[in-house]
Amino acid sequence: MSLLKLTEVTMNFGGLTALKSFNLELAPGEIVGLSGPNGAGKTTVFNVITGVYEPSHGQIFFMEQEITGMRPDLITKAGIARTFQNIRLFKGLSVMENVLIAHHLHLKANYLAAMLKLPGYRREEREMRERSLALLERVGLADLRDEQAGALPYGMQRRLEIARALATNPKLLLLDEPAAGMNPKEAEDLTAFIKEIQTEFDLTIFLIEHHMDVVMNISELIYVLDYGMTIAGGKPAEVQNNQRVIEAYLGVNEDVED
Amino acid sequence: MAEQKRRNQILTTVSILLLLGFIYFAENYLDLYIVRILNVCAIYAILGMSMNLINGFTGLFSLGHAGFMAVGAYTTALLTMPPAVKQQIFYLTPLIKPLDQMNLAFPLALLVGGLLTALVGSMIAAPVLRLKGDYLAIATLGFAEIIRVVFTNTQSITNGALGLKGIPALTNLWWSFGTAAFTLVVLLSLINSSYGRALKAIREDETAAEAMGINLAKHKTLSFVTGAFFAGIGGGLLGNLLGTIDPKMFSFMFTFNILLIVVLGGMGSLTGSIISAFIVTFANEYLRFLDESINLGFFVLRGKVGMRSVVFSATLMFVVLFYRHGLMGSKEFSWDRLLASRVCQRMQGCFKKRLLKGGYDQ
Amino acid sequence: MTLDLFLQHLSNGISLGSLYALIAIGYTMVYGILRLINFAHGDIFMMATYFAFFGIVTFRIPWFITFPLVLVLTAGLGMGVETVAYRPLREAPKISLLISAIGASFFLENLTIVLFGGVPKPFPAPKLFTDVVQVGAVSIQKLTFYIPIVTVIALLGLMYLINKTKTGMAMRAVSMDHETARVMGININRTISFTFGLGSFLAAVGGIMWGMKFPQIQPLMGVIPGLKCFIAAVIGGIGNIGGAVIGGFILGIGEIMLVAFLPDLTGYRDAFAFVLLILILMSKPTGILGEKTAEKV
Ligand SMILES: Nc1ncnc2c1ncn2[C@@H]1O[C@H](COP(=O)(O)OP(=O)(O)OP(=O)(O)O)[C@@H](O)[C@H]1O
Ligand SMILES: [Mg+2]
Repeated sequence: MSLLKLTEVTMNFGGLTALKSFNLELAPGEIVGLSGPNGAGKTTVFNVITGVYEPSHGQIFFMEQEITGMRPDLITKAGIARTFQNIRLFKGLSVMENVLIAHHLHLKANYLAAMLKLPGYRREEREMRERSLALLERVGLADLRDEQAGALPYGMQRRLEIARALATNPKLLLLDEPAAGMNPKEAEDLTAFIKEIQTEFDLTIFLIEHHMDVVMNISELIYVLDYGMTIAGGKPAEVQNNQRVIEAYLGVNEDVED
Repeated sequence: MAEQKRRNQILTTVSILLLLGFIYFAENYLDLYIVRILNVCAIYAILGMSMNLINGFTGLFSLGHAGFMAVGAYTTALLTMPPAVKQQIFYLTPLIKPLDQMNLAFPLALLVGGLLTALVGSMIAAPVLRLKGDYLAIATLGFAEIIRVVFTNTQSITNGALGLKGIPALTNLWWSFGTAAFTLVVLLSLINSSYGRALKAIREDETAAEAMGINLAKHKTLSFVTGAFFAGIGGGLLGNLLGTIDPKMFSFMFTFNILLIVVLGGMGSLTGSIISAFIVTFANEYLRFLDESINLGFFVLRGKVGMRSVVFSATLMFVVLFYRHGLMGSKEFSWDRLLASRVCQRMQGCFKKRLLKGGYDQ
Repeated sequence: MTLDLFLQHLSNGISLGSLYALIAIGYTMVYGILRLINFAHGDIFMMATYFAFFGIVTFRIPWFITFPLVLVLTAGLGMGVETVAYRPLREAPKISLLISAIGASFFLENLTIVLFGGVPKPFPAPKLFTDVVQVGAVSIQKLTFYIPIVTVIALLGLMYLINKTKTGMAMRAVSMDHETARVMGININRTISFTFGLGSFLAAVGGIMWGMKFPQIQPLMGVIPGLKCFIAAVIGGIGNIGGAVIGGFILGIGEIMLVAFLPDLTGYRDAFAFVLLILILMSKPTGILGEKTAEKV
């Protein structure tokens, strides 16, 4: 059984095809990487999975249910959580609040009950707080729970964003360039951390990583995109030696130099 | 810690008692003019808080407040006016049945006014809340204008451009301050609840909020409708304070005044809105001299009509340009902060010194 | 309704639509470049009529000198508003910018009340324009024909400026993306300032003709036309100049026809624009000529 399945997904923006006939199948418990040069369409894949964009063509299934074009909050409710490439925390709110907000989707008490602080709501609120604190402890941010999220150092913001995603209680976690802007040591720690939470929370992880070495290290399978096309897919070692992948990356390097 | 909490509780209780005493005193002994201003302060506080919920806490730039107030004011007025007065006022086009005979107790009429406004709010919400930023602003402003135009043209319900006169003066300080306190308690509780956090998340980042499983349409509507409810009640209190209302009163200018209160107090601070409601209302009264000529006996100081509004709009711009977070930012009033503030520290220092000098042990 | 009468209404609609279009362009250009409703635009339009009034009535300057002066002064006013109220807020949240815009609008209105009084003043329209000509059975002011002609000339000039000159290119670049434009060496502030000047210039053209058509000026006269013209810009597709023109005509002609064909609804005339706005936002939020864009995440 596949957890997530994309068939022939295409995304057009005006005249630009950001993603073309993309196919993917994720089995439960896998860690799969998605790579490719700048503007290849990686983030677009996440955006169509999470309902931010409605794909122009193709279908998306999560646990055998079609979720194509569904509202993002419902997709999250169904069990897909994500982080963003350009960290999107609730910057003005506290670290704790950021995680609490992610619990909101499981709240059973209705609006009036919450406004009037009825006992049922109070119990749920207490539980949410306990769970949030436990999560923050797990990612090592418990001491900073009252800090403003936007004031945290970059690396911690990344961790908080992951903690926040975990709080929605997902089955599938999508990480968009989690190691971006980190030095090799930090990236290594993060890799270890991702592997840990994967077993701990029983997750399937699909992650975008620009840097080949990081994806290689962590993923069992890697897909590579270039100009919206899937140019390779398979075991890290195979992909690494793929001629088209090498060319795509060399192309990028040329761009960087001029 | 616990001691601090106890101290705060005592301070709060004492303040409430003082406030109650003050209201009693004001109602019985103060000059009617002052009482009226105080009523307006409390009503503006309600309106400011309700707009703050929508604009400051949820980040929806809504400019429809005058429309909400109009619905509340007309409903409450029509439900509290005695049938004889209604008959007298609606001499051009008679008031439709059964409104012409209806007469409810004030609190009930306020509640109906609030609920009806909430209903109007929820009808507007569906189309409008899909829009963002400026579009939302202009669409809500448009709805408020439509409400005003409709009220001008439905003679048999609103008496058209003539407006309503002889609305019973039922609003007193107990009602206005009581409602303001109720609004504060309910809204504080709301913004500190899980729903309130969801609203703030929407304000901070809609895309991220949605990715965290928050149903944007639902939560925006909740905020909008709650804001409308309290705006309607505020409108009702205002109508029954002033005694006359007409559609012209509920123009964009009114929304602007409330916006000024919200921005000055701090977007995202309920207590800030209350403080600035008092400041703005009193300033509005005491700056009246700007609009009028005053005779100083030996010299007549020429005022200019509109000068007050110039000062107000300049203040709004000044606040946004140089002092964007307003008086309170997004923080609420707290005893701890007040006592820790510099002025207060100095006062405490003086106080203690004097006590020691007097030979007492502290 | 006779054909003559219909034609009269139509010509009225077209000239009202032309005026709306001229003002709407200012909104659309500013929105294109700053993503902001310039709430003060309607008041800048109002100020233009006062400038004309003072030029002709107070200083007795002949109209053919006054009018060009008014255009320049109004453009300057637009740039001034931008410098004071919007420029300091480039990096501020959107909502601050909007509030500042509303503040600027109220400031101008009330300042006019203080300086010039709230009582309406008669606009000194030169006789040349207000003369009446007889067309078949109906009599029409010459102005009714001049307005669309002036509008077309102004539009052609604008098109030339935007598409053929360097400044126009800079404006287009800035409205696409501030960062990229900066990298390309464009002076962002100067370009934005110029856009405000240009929009205000066109508003002044509209204002002078408005003053002649409805010869009573007062400090709040810009409010309703301002809102309506923003709506016209949204209907046409905000950020798109052609769209603003189309929106202006739809609104102008629609309003006149509404009153002509459904006189019972005359009282609702000012609500017409808002109803239209809400309908268009519900069905095609990007307006008639606007393109659909997805926000990048
Ligand atoms: N909302 C949008 N509107 C228009 N074009 C878009 C939009 N989102 C993405 N694109 C375009 O689609 C292409 C793919 O973008 P995407 O963000 O998926 O790339 P990416 O692989 O994540 O690149 P990077 O490594 O820079 O993050 C790019 O050319 C981008 O400009
Ligand atoms: Mg990306």
